Amino acid sequence: MNKKWILPTLYILFLMLPIYGLLSMSFKTTNEILGGFSFFPQQFTLANYTKIFTDPTWYNGYINSLIYVCINTLISVSVALPAAYAFSRYRFLGDKHLFFWLLTNRMAPPAVFALPFFQLYSAIELFDTHLAVALAHCLFNIPLAVWILEGFMSGIPKELDETAYLDGYSFPRFFIRIFIPTIAAGIGVAAFFCFMYSWVELLLAKTLTSVDAKPIAATMTRTASTSGYELGLLAAAGSLTIIPGAIVIYFVRNYIAKGFALGRV
Amino acid sequence: MRKTTNQKAWWLVVPVLLLVAFNAFIPLMTVVNYSMQETFGNNVFFWEGVTWFEKVLRSERFHDALLRQLLFTGMIIAIEVPLGIAVALAMPRKGPWVSVCLVLMALPLLIPWNVVGAMWNIFALPDIGLLGFTLNSMGLDYNFTQQPVSAWMTTVVMDVWHWTSLVVLLCYAGLCSIPDAYYQAAHIDGASPWAVFRYIQLPKMKRVLTIAILLRFMDSFMIYTEPFVLTGGGPGNTTTFLSIDLVKIALGQFDLGPAAAMSLIYFLVVLLICWVFYTVMMRNEEQ
Repeated sequence: MNKKWILPTLYILFLMLPIYGLLSMSFKTTNEILGGFSFFPQQFTLANYTKIFTDPTWYNGYINSLIYVCINTLISVSVALPAAYAFSRYRFLGDKHLFFWLLTNRMAPPAVFALPFFQLYSAIELFDTHLAVALAHCLFNIPLAVWILEGFMSGIPKELDETAYLDGYSFPRFFIRIFIPTIAAGIGVAAFFCFMYSWVELLLAKTLTSVDAKPIAATMTRTASTSGYELGLLAAAGSLTIIPGAIVIYFVRNYIAKGFALGRV
Repeated sequence: MRKTTNQKAWWLVVPVLLLVAFNAFIPLMTVVNYSMQETFGNNVFFWEGVTWFEKVLRSERFHDALLRQLLFTGMIIAIEVPLGIAVALAMPRKGPWVSVCLVLMALPLLIPWNVVGAMWNIFALPDIGLLGFTLNSMGLDYNFTQQPVSAWMTTVVMDVWHWTSLVVLLCYAGLCSIPDAYYQAAHIDGASPWAVFRYIQLPKMKRVLTIAILLRFMDSFMIYTEPFVLTGGGPGNTTTFLSIDLVKIALGQFDLGPAAAMSLIYFLVVLLICWVFYTVMMRNEEQ
């Protein structure tokens, strides 16, 4: 029984190795990288990071990404909340079909929609704005948020609603004052997943932006193809993209363990 | 749960419906439009009917890409699900290590997909990457940019690295929901570890496992960015999965008709498999 820790440890080690490779490369100079392999950086340098933090095209990429991810999470969770409530509490015409139709959008390959999305968002003059990417990511994040929240809400007994109505609460007041605090863990998990999928998606984000709202991921691919192959800079930019995710995970870590157990996710 | 019939509940669904329909319906109809017409530019279109569909369904290129896609999805599910269950079972239930494990394991999930690709590209470079260098100095002939087998292995290992944690997290949550009393009862009955797993833990994980498999299926079937950045679909066409092939046709060659027809077939394949899975899942639940 005491040997149980071996497997998780090995697994985490396996997870950390490529990340370490990236980190160590980000502290190397281009010459050293191309010169051959070394486990630790020999000529330790912060030049790659300095470049990213001083060059606006680089750091604006991070800001752009964070802006549209936050807008998207906000939109997705707030419209998914009432819908999930409806699905978990009521039966109405076409509810099951509607639910499955929502899920099918989660299955639509972004590659299929890249070109039409470009045309659609150009037509409504939202091309190259943060809002465009945030709205486009709703395609797969809203279904996911509804799915997760519905699971959490189904776990809460209906007596809660009925008691509140008997006490004279109106629906909006009950929803905001009582129901939302009750499923805070579920909202945390849903927001985590929305943040995650919006942060990591690149194809649509890249298609819908050119200059003003260009995400960091697109800055990276363009740099990789234009200015030769600056591996150190690429590695540094990549390492920095891990940080927002790590912060978000740290905040929701308890919700994830607890929240998953509560809901049916 | 007992649900009451209430048609007014529709109003709560309307915002979601509008937003998703805007994003799904208009682009989908655009694709349907393209799939049935031929264009030579200047917005002039000619009716083609189902010609493109026939062409795509008959083309060897599509068959190959579909086959590669199915093989890839099958492989990663076959590795990730058992590995995920094993890691979740071995994880501590209480104590300070739980947070550490969860945070570290969730890390790969939150790395942008192109960074994942770039990271593995750097990691696997034969002469200067950690993995490539180690394998080669162990005497193995490894070069993922030139050998199909190496490229495949790297892609599969990359996906295992990237997504197994999702299965772990979901299974772990399922395991956490088992009350201690179950284990105590099993202990009193003298149940073997295998019996505990088979009759207590597995049934409790069934629901989260279905969700995990469904999510992994959908996401791996749509995989684009990671293999594209890692191998670019090469060497040759050996790691060209459906999405990569689609983007090559649509944006590389600008063959809108065939690309749109292929998109729809692709979408229908995903939909069909998911529908079967979903129906089976729901039927199991009702029993």
